[in-house]
Amino acid sequence: MLKQIEGSRAVAEAVGLCRPEVICAYPISPQTHIVEGCAELIRAGTIQHCEFINVESEFAALSVAIGASAAGARTYTATASQGLLFMAEAVYNAAGLGLPIVMTIGNRAIGAPINIWNDHSDSMALRDAGWIQLHAETNQEAADLHIQAFKLAERLSTPVMVCMDGFILTHAYERIAMPDQAQVDAFLPSYQPRQVLDPADPYSIGAMVGPEAFMEVRYLAHDKLLQALSVIPEIQQEFKEIFGRESGGLFHRYRLEDAETVVVTMGSLAGTVKDMVDERRADGVRIGVITLCSYRPFPLDALRRALQGAAKVIVLEKSLALGFGGVLATDVRMALHGVDTLVHTVIAGLGGRPITRKSLARLFGRVERGELKDPHFLDLDLDLVRREIDNQRNQITAGPIAENILRDIGPRATKVG
Amino acid sequence: MSDMTAEQKVKFYQKGTFTVGNRLVDQARRSVQASMERSNAITSGHRACQGCGEALGARYALDTAMRATKGQLIAVNATGCLEVFTTPYPETSWQVPWLHSLFGNAPAVASGVAAAMRVKGRQQVRVVAQGGDGGTTDIGFGCLSGMFERNDDVLYICYDNEAYMNTGVQRSSATPPTARTATTPAIGPEPGNVFGTGKNLPLIAMAHNIPYVATASVANLHDLERKVEKAMAIRGARYIHIFVPCPLGWGSAGHDTIRIARLASECGLFPLFEAAHGEVTGSLPIRHKVPVEEYLRPQKRFAHLFKDDDGSARIARLQRMADANIKRFDLLRDVEETPL
Repeated sequence: MLKQIEGSRAVAEAVGLCRPEVICAYPISPQTHIVEGCAELIRAGTIQHCEFINVESEFAALSVAIGASAAGARTYTATASQGLLFMAEAVYNAAGLGLPIVMTIGNRAIGAPINIWNDHSDSMALRDAGWIQLHAETNQEAADLHIQAFKLAERLSTPVMVCMDGFILTHAYERIAMPDQAQVDAFLPSYQPRQVLDPADPYSIGAMVGPEAFMEVRYLAHDKLLQALSVIPEIQQEFKEIFGRESGGLFHRYRLEDAETVVVTMGSLAGTVKDMVDERRADGVRIGVITLCSYRPFPLDALRRALQGAAKVIVLEKSLALGFGGVLATDVRMALHGVDTLVHTVIAGLGGRPITRKSLARLFGRVERGELKDPHFLDLDLDLVRREIDNQRNQITAGPIAENILRDIGPRATKVG
Repeated sequence: MSDMTAEQKVKFYQKGTFTVGNRLVDQARRSVQASMERSNAITSGHRACQGCGEALGARYALDTAMRATKGQLIAVNATGCLEVFTTPYPETSWQVPWLHSLFGNAPAVASGVAAAMRVKGRQQVRVVAQGGDGGTTDIGFGCLSGMFERNDDVLYICYDNEAYMNTGVQRSSATPPTARTATTPAIGPEPGNVFGTGKNLPLIAMAHNIPYVATASVANLHDLERKVEKAMAIRGARYIHIFVPCPLGWGSAGHDTIRIARLASECGLFPLFEAAHGEVTGSLPIRHKVPVEEYLRPQKRFAHLFKDDDGSARIARLQRMADANIKRFDLLRDVEETPL
């Protein structure tokens, strides 16, 4: 059924259709509307046989989820940004215990300076924790990925994060084809835990493993994520057969035929990039887009094949490894190891900085003219940055950088384009 | 010689007190440990130190909980000595389903298990969460307070040995003033842990108005069992704080664990009481009051107190703390010989 609906609400309803048994959450922007939706659907009786637990922190949220999942309940939670970092220890633990928890990340920057707007720093910080990380491009996909996520998590007995851009997706109203209960029931079997806490068959779960076996246990966790590289497309296909649409998979391809330049990106940004690609194509430029859905596991081989014909790759990412450079770009370079392809790292949209068509047009032009230095920071105000670098150099007690920068900018609205 | 033995007044400590099994008293008043049919939540062969109070406390507490639930029990464990000495894979001492997640989240994990049981209509399966004092009063405190506040159906048991023993005896917020630990060494102008710090978790638990809070001691195993049994008959958040001496961390003899635990309560430093919905409902009176010195002296962690006048002044200060407990919980009231 088509609905004009907020992204968060669509996710809450999609999660509800998956017949979750325990939902626990601690509020954090921009995740709040999702868990508010879940709470309301449970109270209203729309989601039945489900416990909603208001906890005192994100660390507790995921810990409650760990207990519930280990006791055999289908379990869901959601968080973002500082919340994800606050639960970091439990994020690793849930994966290590092999618990198929599904968690939404409303992707948001990490402070300081505190910032509630979108980028991918949060989920990137936990990319190596052993969770599958899927990124939604649209709200339709966000809703669909949650339904797929439970199946994926439970098939592999591994937790899944569904990442969706904070505010840009979570708070956007769009027309979404909402699945119905019969479809979801046909797609998603009931949860059969691989291990469960049961007095009739007592297991000890979570005991210590020493150097004699830790490598092997860790390798198996790695192997499980690699298995997901084939399970994700299988589930994408199973989903298509029941729901009739393409959602999920390892990555989406857009106008890759004969493309000399390929933009590789993740999340909602792909929409703007596709529009730009259409424009460039109309001007005769051979350019296409790959939108990664599965960031962990990272589809090295499939990406390498997909990028085979490209001479230039522009990795457009909303993350920055401080003191190093691009995060996604590094992974893409790994996929292209030994291949003579020029890879540009473009860091964009940090802390919610809008990524406009104008900026992208400028960027693509510079790439076409071979003017881009690596890494490139899209729309970075270099003069402003240089003034503050001088300021810091000239006086030891220069004060907080963030405050100085904002004083320098003066009473100007958020920089756009 | 035999005549002298005959004349010697033999004191049967197993009778009329709360020591192992109470085998010398009638059947009804015996401890579960005296029964051939007793449950066995933690089996032998684990790696606890000789004289470990925590191993003893945990076995009695969980055996009782198992009996009270007819084996329908799931245990959640915080990181710590108990977790380490009972489990390294592929060995386990646990005869109940057991889950260890992290150091600071056992109460929340237990809430999750309880929620799963509730949603699956298996409320007969009960949940016990447990941790040491560090896992409870410090790093797990947020999750514990949350579990209390939500009144989740979990019995949380803290095995209090008054420091971080698993990591090598560092101070926790349950470490008493003057005690020497690796991070409060017995040197300088104020040797050992300082006065005016620490938190009393049973009282904090009471402030959450949860249905049941109790303190217990491995010196009073019958009382401990009674409290766990009582707790398991109640739904909602419950808290039992068990005093468990640690020979390694306290510098006491392994065979003195029970004696030291008894002295802690008999001197008033560790009062045994119960509370329901925020109100104290009862306490275990002191039977033979002793000065705090008797409790402090057998422990090397307090040895520095017995070296000079300054130490004596600090002992006097500890005595005032004990006296305040005695007054607060009315521990010297007249009672019949056997309070139970």
